[in-house]
Amino acid sequence: MQVTVTVNGVDHTRDVEPRTLLVHLIRDDLLLRGTHWGCDTSNCGACTVWVDGDPVKSCTFLAVQADGKQVRTVEGLEQGGELDPVQQGFMQCHGLQCGYCTPGMMMVARHLLDHNPHPSEAEIREGISGNLCRCTGYKNIVESIQWAAENPATSEVTA
Amino acid sequence: MTAVEETPLSAAGNPIGFGRMHRKEDARFLRGQGNYVDDVQLPGMLYGAILRSPYAHAKINGIDASAAEALPGVRAVITGAVLETLGLAWMPTLSYDTQAVLATDKVRFQGQEVAFVVAESKYIARDALELIDVDYEPLPVVADAKKALEPGAPVIRDDKEGKTDNHIYDWEAGNKEETDAVFASAPVVVTEEILYPRVHPAPMETCGSVAHMDAVTGKLTLWTTSQAPHAHRTVYALVAGLPEHKIQVISPDIGGGFGNKVPIYPGYVCSIVGSIVTGAPVKWMEDRSENLMSTGFARDYHMTASIASTEDGKILAVKVDVLADHGAFNGVAQPTKYPAGFFHIFTGSYDYPTAHCTVKAVYTNKAPGGVAYACSFRITEAAYVIERIVDRLAVELEIDPAELRLKNLLRPEQFPYTTPTGWEYDSGDYAKTMRVAMDIAGYDELRREQAEKRARGEYMGIGISFFTEGVGAGPRKHMDILGLGMADGCDLRVHPTGKAQVRLSVQTQGQGHETTFAQIISHELGIPPEDIEVIHGDTDNTPFGLGTYGSRSTPVSGAAAALVARKVRDKARVVAAAAMECAPDDLEWELGRFYLKGDHEKGMTIQEIAMASHGAIELPEGVEGHLDGQVVYNPPNLTYPYGCYICVVDVDPGTGQVKVRRFIAVDDCGPRINPMIVEGQVHGGLADGIGMALMQLIAFDEEGNNLGGSFMDYLLPTAMECPDYELGETVTPSPHHPLGAKGVGESATVGSPAAVVNAVIDAISPFGVKTADMPLTPANVWRAIQGNNIRTDLAVE
Repeated sequence: MQVTVTVNGVDHTRDVEPRTLLVHLIRDDLLLRGTHWGCDTSNCGACTVWVDGDPVKSCTFLAVQADGKQVRTVEGLEQGGELDPVQQGFMQCHGLQCGYCTPGMMMVARHLLDHNPHPSEAEIREGISGNLCRCTGYKNIVESIQWAAENPATSEVTA
Repeated sequence: MTAVEETPLSAAGNPIGFGRMHRKEDARFLRGQGNYVDDVQLPGMLYGAILRSPYAHAKINGIDASAAEALPGVRAVITGAVLETLGLAWMPTLSYDTQAVLATDKVRFQGQEVAFVVAESKYIARDALELIDVDYEPLPVVADAKKALEPGAPVIRDDKEGKTDNHIYDWEAGNKEETDAVFASAPVVVTEEILYPRVHPAPMETCGSVAHMDAVTGKLTLWTTSQAPHAHRTVYALVAGLPEHKIQVISPDIGGGFGNKVPIYPGYVCSIVGSIVTGAPVKWMEDRSENLMSTGFARDYHMTASIASTEDGKILAVKVDVLADHGAFNGVAQPTKYPAGFFHIFTGSYDYPTAHCTVKAVYTNKAPGGVAYACSFRITEAAYVIERIVDRLAVELEIDPAELRLKNLLRPEQFPYTTPTGWEYDSGDYAKTMRVAMDIAGYDELRREQAEKRARGEYMGIGISFFTEGVGAGPRKHMDILGLGMADGCDLRVHPTGKAQVRLSVQTQGQGHETTFAQIISHELGIPPEDIEVIHGDTDNTPFGLGTYGSRSTPVSGAAAALVARKVRDKARVVAAAAMECAPDDLEWELGRFYLKGDHEKGMTIQEIAMASHGAIELPEGVEGHLDGQVVYNPPNLTYPYGCYICVVDVDPGTGQVKVRRFIAVDDCGPRINPMIVEGQVHGGLADGIGMALMQLIAFDEEGNNLGGSFMDYLLPTAMECPDYELGETVTPSPHHPLGAKGVGESATVGSPAAVVNAVIDAISPFGVKTADMPLTPANVWRAIQGNNIRTDLAVE
């Protein structure tokens, strides 16, 4: 069936099988490879994208559910050649190692900061608790998000 | 490390040498521009999927793939029978055993590979799996290692000629006679059964490959999730008879390895066969359940440990007997002469003359593996058993566990120290490291707080672990994998303008090699790290070496990088002397520049020398032009990083819930090339330790069903379970490594589980609890408090 999805501000119309997962539409049809697949059970969060402004696990979300909706992926974080403060924070604070969970983590972090610009450490930890990381032990991810909260200058972007 | 502050900065603000530096690789990952195996997209690419056994042990009477083959979009269905005609139904493991690529006679664990479908889309490939009809005849199952050698136990490996039981090997280390004699007369002896249950590394990216066999050139290109691309290339050449110069193994960005991506898995081989059969590139990516159920697990060591001491706590001897569950195929990845890995480093960080261990390995109807998951070749098990039994001794003697350790730790003047089982520890100042950890923790104050809380009925625990690892495998004369010596090459080219490329045999899975190795070259040559490109993970473009695991990148490949840079520096001296018309010995080196002795103004920068070396000046006889070099580094010994970890927990005795409140980690890994990266490695390992101690478990029921086959069942720590770690460091350089560096990638995974478990046992000791096995889930903690410990590895009461 035909779906039209707006991804990072660009409309895409595709014929998909009804069972097609959003993560596969994004990765295999739209060739946006920053969204990763990790578990199939919505536990790990590597596939987290935004649909109409809220994070979803795109491995358990059908492409057809995104029909007519706004999707934002990690490729949509950078605006006008300027990295989002969350992206900058992850670099400043060594919030990533292998990089596989990173896009999902950053999408959740951006959402958290948009709704709670000055989260406590506990709020950050709860905010990213649906996303697994096997490399960092989370400490530097928490600090990356704190850095972004303290350096919001170039934020103010919603997709 | 004071050198960090002294390191000069480049124009880009990076340290010219050691120091904190943002990672070069981050730029692509932050933008979603990484290139993982699943991101590889080739024209005409097909997709593979594996049919897996639902049974742990069953005879295969027949496979009917006709319906699958008839499904539109299916290009090929490959079974064991097909592979048999190619001589590929079985492959060698890294331990000189064999493993079925696709089952022919029977299946031997749940999740074993039975058939491989190649189709035009991943959805069609999965559909086709449903259409394959396998006639299984279930057989009795060996799910419990302790029953594997019972008379009448079903023989799992009846494919091996003459095999009549499930025994793999017996191995021992140390001196049994002397150890027994010490135990016979020791004033105090404590014995405990200690299980290190089966866990799985579960990197965020599962395993997979894209195989492209070019029918015209005969060249195989394999993009694969490999921690050891060169070793894999050689194995493919040996197994499949493919010419090695026609195989290119590419490990692109790897989404975490932790040892899970060291072995060669049947799926990789199937993708190659699929490409040969169809003539098209074939991608195979396993799903999470396949990863957890079939790829390299870790541990599954059933240990009986005894410690002998004097009344006042001087350790006299330790002995450990191990029953090792290797699963259905002995697929352990480790140096050939060490069937139990480096487990015999179990004597730990203490001063006593006598020890002995035995290891008995058995087959069971479980997935193969054993050495994986940041274990430094079984040092996780070794560190865990010694740190648990020492703590157990402290309880028995009613001595504070910190005091007992300080009383027995090796002293600085004893290094180099040969252990009772034959390791030569290179360096250490253990008590200093322990006191730094105790200071950060505020140890005495914590004990006071604990006493106050106990008086009010609150259960707080403090756990200590002191570990020593031997990493950087290893010296060629002792260590090889499938006959391949564990030395690593490194090539360095400095281009005419003074920019450089360094080619490594090791491969990063997140450790940050592209940054750290640039810093090593920078440290030696004074070229800014941003001017140094690190090339790795591609066998066509890098020198041979055994890859990244066992914390060996910096100890082995890092040494190679330092030495090749020094070799290039020596050549630069000759070139500079020729250009300046002086003798090489008249020149003095400072970072990035040779100058004339006695006249600092007269000199040449490394960049100027690079141009001169490619230029027209006359060079002395025998000196080749250009500025490059290559080395192969054969380490003279392992390096021995160590550390002291202290964990503080609060336990709710009503629910058994454990909260890790604090975690203090003081590591001594020698000089830190990039302290930021080192700290990141430690953080990750601490989360592993918390996870294994409290929640991670691959258990089985009596039928051999895997009970940890998804992230719904195999629980990993989130940010909620992990505390804000408190790190410290001491620096004791390795005397034999060119940079003094010792490796740190696995230290925290090795050292941390015992600290967590010791803390939990300490917390609930008022209930009379002296031991309990991982994972200390709320249910298991509650059972321990009730005096009802159970085996955690089996789903039986």
